[in-house]
Amino acid sequence: MSVQDIMGVGIMVLGTVFFLAGTVGILRFPDAFSRLHAVTKADNLGLALIALGTSILAADGFTAAKLFLIWILIAVSGAIGGHLIARHALRDKS
Amino acid sequence: MTDPWIAFDLTLAGGMLVVAWLALASRAAFQMIVMFMMFGILASLSWVRLNAPDVALAEAAVGAGITGALLLRTLSSLRHAPKERAPHWPIAMVAGVLSLIIVGALGAALLMAPEASLGYDRAVAIRLDQSGVTNPVTAVLLNFRSYDTLLEIAVLSAALAIMLMLGSKPLSPRPLGPLFLPFAKVIVPSSVIIAGYLLWLGASQPGGAFQAAAVLAAGGIVLILGQHYDPRARDGALIRLVCGIGLAGFVLVAIGGQILTSEMLRYPEGLEKTWIVMIEATLTVSVAATLAALFVGALRKGTTA
Repeated sequence: MSVQDIMGVGIMVLGTVFFLAGTVGILRFPDAFSRLHAVTKADNLGLALIALGTSILAADGFTAAKLFLIWILIAVSGAIGGHLIARHALRDKS
Repeated sequence: MTDPWIAFDLTLAGGMLVVAWLALASRAAFQMIVMFMMFGILASLSWVRLNAPDVALAEAAVGAGITGALLLRTLSSLRHAPKERAPHWPIAMVAGVLSLIIVGALGAALLMAPEASLGYDRAVAIRLDQSGVTNPVTAVLLNFRSYDTLLEIAVLSAALAIMLMLGSKPLSPRPLGPLFLPFAKVIVPSSVIIAGYLLWLGASQPGGAFQAAAVLAAGGIVLILGQHYDPRARDGALIRLVCGIGLAGFVLVAIGGQILTSEMLRYPEGLEKTWIVMIEATLTVSVAATLAALFVGALRKGTTA
């Protein structure tokens, strides 16, 4: 195993920790807003780390660029999705 | 030594069973749809594990994405919440027995399949260089078996035609707040670029017209939901034309092939790639318009069922 492999896999494992935290947050937090808070932050960072880890393992720069694009798109969609769900939940409440 | 992937595969298979059961057993229609979409994502993962990235892409984009969006859209336009009724036991019995027969037949087919039948792999590999593309899946879909693809487009067009005839409750998107415009500014141009990339990739790697169309349609739905574009206000006729042009173009290709090579859907020798790229590009735009139109529903202003 090269240094590159260890770094890549290590960062990916760290990413899964964030996913795990987000999942625990969904299951344990009391209301929609705090659940959203947990899942959007944790998933975003978790995915960022997994994308970073896989780009370190990736064969070439083009693959790494595609992984970066995937992360950007999911981060943007996740943020707007969380925002829309929170908006909806807020309207239902008032 | 056992393959370490087996743990992942077993988890995936178990998860699919659980999600399928949840989708069927949920009482609320919304929950069922979400479970169905989740099932699509897991199915897509399992196609990746089966070394079928083309099917995985299609399953993720069409099975989980667009179908889910269409189901949610249908749910929102139902006048009454669907009533949940436990089926009478004779019906449940018959359904159960029929399902078991199908499972048995599939199992028997799998077990009795002759060892040598490895699908079309060899036949396709032998003639791949005549197809004009290097991706065997695209070669099958748009050259060797393009008749099947033609019929698929016909089914899609028929679905749209029926929906336009029946009419539907018009889409009434709610205001989505100030953050939606910047989101659309990122997503819509990216969807166009990614669709073009997938389309071009289809010639040599997993990708192709349907996947590209699903991505493009998603970009269109973002525009429509954000109320940046209302297809009912204008362009209704233009959109119907674009929706129809996929099938019409494909039929013209079939006739053109008949005239040029005296065989239906056969492309002139040496020009296969040009023809395939032309068909795929037309299909991408047309199928994307059809999928988005199915989502919007009635294309004429003020038409309701």
